[in-house]
This record gives sequence, C-alpha cells and structure tokens, in this order.
Amino acid sequence: MSSAAWLLPAIPFAAALLGALPACRTRPRAAAIALTGATTTALVALLLLPSALDDPTRVRLDRLLIAPAGALQVLAGTRFDSLAAVVAVMVGVVALAVQVYSVGYLHDDLRYPSYAAQVSLFTSAMLLVVVASDLLELLVGWEVMGLCSYLLIGHYRELDYARRAAVKAFLVTRIGDVGMLLGVAVLGTAAGTTDIGELLAAVPRLPHGALVAGSLLLLLGVAGKSAQFPLHVWLPDAMAGPTPISALIHAATMVAAGVYLVARLHPLFLASTVTLDVLALMAAVTMLLGALAAFAQDDLKRLLAWSTTSQLAYMLGALAAGGYDAGLLHLMVHASAKALLFLAAGLVLHAVHTGALSQMRGVARRMPVAALALIVGGLTLAGLPPFAGAWSKDSVLAAMKSAAGGSGPGPDQFEGVLLYLAGLATVLITAAYVARLLLILLAPPAPRGDLHEPRLSMAQSVTALTVTCGVSTFLALPDALPSWLPAPAGAREGIELSVGGVTLTAIGVLAVFAALWLYSHAGARDPVLLLGSSQRRLRSGFGVDALYDRGAVRPTRSVAAAVAETDASAINHAVEGIGRSAVRTSSSLRVVGAGRVRSYLAALIAGVLLVVVSVAVVV
Amino acid sequence: MSGSWALPVILALPLAGALLLLLLPEVGDAIAHVVGLVVTGSVVVGVLALFGSFDIGRAGRPQLELDGDWIPAIGVRFHLGVDGISLPLVGLAALLFLLCMVHLLRHMPEPVRPRALIGLLLLLETGVLATFMALDLIVFFIAFEVVLLPMYFVIALWGGERRQHAATKFILFTLLGSVVMLVGFLVVGTHAGTFDLVELAGRRGAGMPRGVQDAAAALMILGLAVKTPVWPLHTWLPDAHTEAPTVGSVLLAGVLLKMGTYGLVRLVLPVVPQGAHDLAPALAGFAVIGIVWGSLVCLVQRDMKRLIAYSSVGHMGFVVLGIASLTTIGVQAALLANIAHGLITGLLFFLVGALKERHHSSEIAVVGEGMLGQTPYLGSLLVFAGVASLGLPGLAGFWGEALALFGAWRPAGGLPAVWFQLLVCLACLGAIITAAYFLDLLRRTAFGPVPSARRLRPVGEARVSELVAWTPLVVATVVIGLYPRIVLGLGEAAVRGVLGVSA
Repeated sequence: MSSAAWLLPAIPFAAALLGALPACRTRPRAAAIALTGATTTALVALLLLPSALDDPTRVRLDRLLIAPAGALQVLAGTRFDSLAAVVAVMVGVVALAVQVYSVGYLHDDLRYPSYAAQVSLFTSAMLLVVVASDLLELLVGWEVMGLCSYLLIGHYRELDYARRAAVKAFLVTRIGDVGMLLGVAVLGTAAGTTDIGELLAAVPRLPHGALVAGSLLLLLGVAGKSAQFPLHVWLPDAMAGPTPISALIHAATMVAAGVYLVARLHPLFLASTVTLDVLALMAAVTMLLGALAAFAQDDLKRLLAWSTTSQLAYMLGALAAGGYDAGLLHLMVHASAKALLFLAAGLVLHAVHTGALSQMRGVARRMPVAALALIVGGLTLAGLPPFAGAWSKDSVLAAMKSAAGGSGPGPDQFEGVLLYLAGLATVLITAAYVARLLLILLAPPAPRGDLHEPRLSMAQSVTALTVTCGVSTFLALPDALPSWLPAPAGAREGIELSVGGVTLTAIGVLAVFAALWLYSHAGARDPVLLLGSSQRRLRSGFGVDALYDRGAVRPTRSVAAAVAETDASAINHAVEGIGRSAVRTSSSLRVVGAGRVRSYLAALIAGVLLVVVSVAVVV
Repeated sequence: MSGSWALPVILALPLAGALLLLLLPEVGDAIAHVVGLVVTGSVVVGVLALFGSFDIGRAGRPQLELDGDWIPAIGVRFHLGVDGISLPLVGLAALLFLLCMVHLLRHMPEPVRPRALIGLLLLLETGVLATFMALDLIVFFIAFEVVLLPMYFVIALWGGERRQHAATKFILFTLLGSVVMLVGFLVVGTHAGTFDLVELAGRRGAGMPRGVQDAAAALMILGLAVKTPVWPLHTWLPDAHTEAPTVGSVLLAGVLLKMGTYGLVRLVLPVVPQGAHDLAPALAGFAVIGIVWGSLVCLVQRDMKRLIAYSSVGHMGFVVLGIASLTTIGVQAALLANIAHGLITGLLFFLVGALKERHHSSEIAVVGEGMLGQTPYLGSLLVFAGVASLGLPGLAGFWGEALALFGAWRPAGGLPAVWFQLLVCLACLGAIITAAYFLDLLRRTAFGPVPSARRLRPVGEARVSELVAWTPLVVATVVIGLYPRIVLGLGEAAVRGVLGVSA
C-alpha cells in the first residue's frame, strides 16, 4: 500500500512531461492532459486518505538508496502518514480547482500549454515535499517548486516587472534554500543521516550546538518559502503572475511548504528553545507587518498577498508555541479561504481588467458568484463564527496564550507574550482589511457599463471552492483534525477552544467591521484614508525593499565590479608576469612577443625534455 | 606486458584516426567527418563495453589492467587500468567527443579545414582518455602533455579575434603547470623508487618523510591547480574559453578541467597522504576564494562565454573543496560534481556557441531578449542549462555541490574543522550569487519581449543537428540528478581506497 504514495508526485510529473512534448502543445490536448493529471492526483490523494486516517500513528516507508556517499547514505522514497495524507488532499483539491479555473482564465493565452505543464510540475514538486522521506529529497521538490514559481510568475515575460518579480521570487527563496541546505548538512553530519524518521529519532542525542544551528538554518528556508520576515519581500511582487497562480502559490503549495516542514520536523524544532524564540519573533513581526501592509494596499492581489504572509505567520506562530494541530488546522482553513479569495479576485480582475481597488467599487454587486465567494472567504479569513476561520484562529491564539503563560512547550515566556499580543492585534487588523475589501467591492451603487462575464470553468471552480470552504471546514474539522493528526511527543495535544475566546474574538471583529462601516459612510469612502500620510510607508511594507537594495544589492554589485576589475588587471598581470619571467629565465631565450609562440613552445618542450632526460640519466 | 588489451585498443582508435587524417592530405578533408564520427562512435561503443565488463563489486581496484616495462632504466611502466573513479570520466570524455563530432558536421568554425581540426581533436581524445587510464606517473604526465598541443592549435587556428593571445596564455600556463607537476612526480619517484601508481597508492606515503611529502604534494597540487583551475591561477581560462571555437570550449570545460581535479584525487591523495593533509586547509581556502570570486565576476560580466568560463571557476571550486575535505563523502561529491559540470557546462557552451553563430557575438546585449518568444527550443534549453548550473536540486549539478558541503562541514580528522566550516559558509554565499547571475542572465536573454528589429529578421531556431548533439547532455543531467547513485555508487569503494579508509 505504501508504494501508492509515489503516485502523488508521479502523476502530475507525468502530466508535466507529457504536456511538454511538442505534439501535446495544442490547447485542447494540453488542457486534457493537465485536467486528467490533476483529477487523478486529487482522486489518488482522496483514496489514500481513509487508510492513513484509520491508524494515524502508522508511518509507511518505502525507500530506495539513491546516493551512497561514504558516511551518508541517502535513501529517497515516501514517508506516508496521516499528516502527509491530509496535506496531499489539500494540495490535490486546490491544484485541481486551479487547473479547471485556468482553462477559462487563460482562454486567449497562446502560452497556455506550457503554463498548464508548469502547473502540473508545480503540483508534483509540492507533493514530493509532502511525501518525501529524506530531507535532501524534500529539497528537490522544495526548489523545483521555486523554479516553477519563477517560470509562472514570469509568465507574462514581456513585462519587465513580471520578469523582475520572477527573478526576485527565485532569488529570495534561494537565499533561504541555501541556508536550509546548510542546515540539512549540519544536522545530517551530526546525525549521520538525512532521513526524516531517523533524524527525528536522533534528536535526543544530537549535540546541542548542531541542533540549534541546524534548526535555525532550516528556519531560513522556511522564511524564504513561507514569505516570513526578513525574506517575505518576494511575495507581494509575485502577484505579477496570472491570478490562478497566485491562488496556487498562496494557498496550498509553495508558502504552505514552509509550514509543512516545521510541522514535519516539529520535535526537532521543539527541542531547541532558541529556535522557537526566533520563530516566535519572526512570526510576531511578520504577522503585524503583513496585516498592516495589507490594509494599506491599493491593489486587490497585493492586499491578498500581504494577508497571506500575515496568516502564514499565524501558523508558524502556533507551531512555535507548540500548537501542532492548531497550526495545521489554520493551514487547511487558510488554504481553502485564500484559494477561494484569489480565484474570486480573478473573476473581478477578469471583469474590470485592472487590479486597482479604486476601480472596483461595487463591482461584486453585479457578480453574485464572486460576491458570495468573497464574503465566505473574507469572513473565514477574518475569523468570524461560524466560519471555520474562527475555530482555527482561536485555537492558534489559545496555543499562543499557553506559551505566553509559560506552560508547556514553546518559546521563552517573553517571546511567548510578544507572540500572543501580536496575534491578538493581528485579529483586529485582519478584520479591518477584510472589512475594507468587502466594503469597497460590495458598496452600493453597482457600477454601470460592461463587465466581462466569467467563463464557465472559472465560475465552476469558484463555486466548488466556496462550497468546500463554507461547508466542509465548518465545525467538522476542529473536532476531527486532532484525532487524525496526533501531535508528536512534546507538542500540545489537540486543539484548545474556549467559548469565551471565540466570543471575544467575534465581538472584536464585529466591532472593527462596524467602525469601518460607519467611518466609510457605508462604503462611500475608502477606509484606507484613516492611515493618512502613513499609507505610503505601510503600502511599501515599511520600505524593506529599498533597504535591501541599499544595504545588500548595490554593495554586492560594487564589490563585484571591483573584483572583476582586479581580476582583469592585477591578478592577470601578476600571474602573466610571473609566467613570462619564468619562461625568460628557464629558456634563456630573449624576450619574444606574443606572435612568436613557437619559440616559447620550443623552449618549453626542450626544457621539459631536458628535465626528463637529466633525471633519467642521474637515476 | 600482461593483462587486458581492451584499454590500449580504445586508446589506439582515436590515435589511428588522427594518423590516418594526417597521412591523407588529399582525400582527408572529404572523409574527415566520417572518420571523426566513426572513431569517436567506436570509442563510445568500446567504453560502453568497458562499463559492461566492469565488475562493480570490485570498483575499488583498477580493472582491465595492462602492465609492462616501458623504460626500465628509470622504472617507468606502461600501466593502464580503470576503476570506479576514472571510469565515469572516461565515459564523460567519450560522450563529449562524439557529441563534438556530431556538432562539427554542420558547424565547422573558420577556417574550415576539417582534416586538421578533426585530426587534432582525435589526438586530443587519445591524450584525455590516456590521462584517465594511466596508472603510472610518467604515463600520466605524457598523456597530460599530449592534450596540450592539440588544444593549443584548436584555439590558435580556429579561435576568435584574440585567439593568438588566448592560445599563448593557455599553453604558457598549462605547460608551466605541467613542469612543476613533473618535478613533483620526480621527487616522488626518486624517493619511492617507482612511478607505479598502484604500488605508490598501496604504500600510502610510507618511507617518504613528511618534508618530502609536503614538497611533492605542493608541486603536484600547484601543477594540477593550473589545469583545474584554482584561484588565482585561473586567468588563462576566460581568455581560452572566450576565444576557442565551440568544440574547444566544450572540451576544455567538459573534459580538460577534469584532468586537474582527477589528478588531485588519483595522484595527490593516495601517493602523498601526509602532504595532502598538510596542504588541504590552504587548498580549500583557495577553492572557496575561487567560488566567491568567480561568482562575483560573473555578476558584472557582459559576455556570455566569459560568464560561463568564470562560472566554471566557481564550480570547480566546489570540486576542490570536496577533495580538500579528505572525506569519502567530499571526494565522492567532487567526482560527481566533476561529471555534472562536464555535462552542464558542456551544454552551456554548445548553446552559447549556437548563439554566437547566429548573432556573431556572445555579448549579452547583442544576443538580446526574447529567446523564449522567438526560438523557444534555444530559449528553453538555455533556461534548463542555467538552472542546472546554478545547482537546482533534482538535476545533476545539485548533488555534487551539496554533498561537497556535507564533506567540508565535517572534514577528515586532524583538519581544522572550524576553518572548513567558515569556508562552507562562504561557499554558500557563492552559491547564492551564482543563482543571482544566472537568473539575471536568463532575464536578459531568454525572457523579455522579442526586439522589434529581430521580428523582421528572425533568428534561426535550434536545428536537428544541434538538438542531436545536446539531447544526450540534457538526458544525462536529469537522470544523474534523479538517481546520482549511477556515479556515486561506482566511486564509493575506490574513493575509500585513495583515502585509505576502510568501509
């Protein structure tokens, strides 16, 4: 049974390969291959789920030696347990929705065939991360995903900003990935293995230094992929890609991979308080930064992108506080809500041909499918009961609260308190930007003029996701999830929900909604005006990009220019000079110009022969 | 003479081909391509047969040996053989020479003269294969030298505008390096009384005092470092690569550089282990300077050929770092990175050669944007080769460099671990810059709108003859990337042998 897990990355990989064949590069064939691949993948994920949930503690391993290298024997294969099974379903379902939606969204795009193949490869890479049994194998999926995001963000490759955004996404995540590789090397050399199971088993006997250094370096990779401060800068720019790609990157794949890795290696992270401190601080900063920046955006997709960084910080904060199930629950809930929001945003963009919020006033009033999706997704995101976001967010806050109280696993109490406070503040800011989004899109009056009708496949997948988001995560998940995903030893058991907590959160969210509704005169005035002159600063994410440009990019370029100059002049001349003088002395020939190479050669060969012969004679 | 004649037969094929072309001035030009293809093709078949008859269970020992007296007066033996370290390199060399011949069918550089060019390349192949098969220091040296002159003429006669300067620099550097290396061999030979590598490796430096070992190791490393090249002895490389014709660049990067790192593993590690141990920290230091240095130069490079040449300095830095760790994993990683670099950089030079042929320049600005739009095959292949070269996991380039970091993070006992760990961190910095310049290169060539001037005068898409020459490299890059055991498994036992560690 375990070997069937291989199918999860293999099927979309096959779809990607097939789709790349010249013969399959027509639109109908490409769509058929992509949809068949995505459907089969989702079905396989669903079929594998029941047996994995039957016995959630069981791990099925299926491995093959791929890299025998002395002290390190890398066995690649599948490690399939309930965590992998549940996340695989999430990935499969969102990827299918995105593929279906894309058929309509890229209807007039000549590059659809390669796009569809790249999405298949993306899905395959994410599923490889999910089922990988070895960290180096996981890194393969991890970075192939980076490659696919690069290609897909750069889909509109004629546009300079899309190309730059693509490079930025790859490069920033690559910085994290190199750190992660080093982390794997540190842990792998200390434990003598890079196998996930063996590594986790070795955690108690790892030297403390290696454990701390290794887990901190892994965190760098997590920060890159899950867009956490200080490596979050790629994500808002990544909106240059087609909208379905934003849904894919922001919901179930890529950014989810970082959270998944922390959950996968949770015992390792829990063993190092220093790492949890750093993770908690990182999450606290990103949470607030992302939410504030989201509120200040002028662009619909960038608003959602900043919201993603902020929500991912919730998940990582929960995991830092030891809340295994809380973090994963929020991952699932957010995945469905964000995929829905992005695909709904795509409908709006498709209709008005711009991403600018100022051009979208009241648009959703004329788009019932989009409006419903935005309301369901938005309220889930804001965490208003009875939507699933309320339960997941509250369980996250409960874990943070326990950490702030200094009980159980988690960071030191100081970091725990900061994390909890940031979490509470972010609830209100999240409510604020969701309120702003809904007010703008739903405020009367509905605009006149032509609106582009969404294509059928787009409306279908949005409706399907609305139902998924609204119904299936409704109450059912919070109860079921802890029994499906038993927390590893050392983490917090289950999900702590309190009626009081949920009620207070709900009151806070509703209060923010009401305040903004009143402030904006029922939507006639953009609530962002509240920020006044600080909007620009917040919109740019507090100018971190500019800081990196001044502090890292430009200095590196200057150093590079200086090095190139030195290489061309000093070193070259020094070595050439030594070479020339050596020739002069050894050959006792007069200086010859570059044109008289043969003299050089003759001299050198004669010299070599002389040495050989003299040695032969002497010996 | 005793042993198998398989290896000398393989060596004789290209040598006979070269002589045939030299002796037939009249008809030579007409049949040169046929001779080239048949000979390099037969070598590939022969090498496949080698793989077939190779006993993987005993990959740690030389197989198919041929051993006999050659110059008894100074104890030189004609000793050939292959083991798990040399066999993959023999395979890589055979493949690249065949692909170069395929490439030459439709793409002869000026001045055409196929008889001369193909004859020289066949001579070059003889030298390269003999270098990887040699089990005697003097045989190794001679084979090493045989390679120089053909490559010199290939650059000097078929090169670009500044070919004379580049060719002179190439021959000066490498010949001087060889002389220094030879002195090292002689130091070893006079102290040990033999040049036989199997014998010397078996002794593991016994009987050679530490001072002698250090001196011999220093001389040999210096000589081999020129070839590899190790910073700061790399400056011949960008010129040679930039001026050489496409086949010259491909073979330089794909095969010739490997002779340097192969020499480190084959000669220095087992013959003078104490010397290698004493010099390893310094060697690793130079290697890592090369990684960072090379990648920084690439960041501001305007010419694609020079960029790829400098990227080789960085890649070979990872190889040398792995070797200098003196660990099984590090040396195995180095050998794998060697093969991967040969495949990927070979492909890159083929691609840039194709671009140069179309644009008459390899300047990034001249090549221009929009390759994916106008020439999707060329563009996609450039993207593939670029991300392979920056070490994307899942492709061949990843494993060697990643495992080299593993090896260097915990170097062999007695080496300064903190120093090596510092170097690993710097090497990681180099890996990030490598990603930066390759992505920048792709942004400015593969992506972007097709320039309006080019819409009117389209650039030719990759031809079948080109795709035939490139496809094997793409396939091998993917296969080794997904299943590196193909190479690692061959080398494991032999690497333990050269390091003198038991399984």
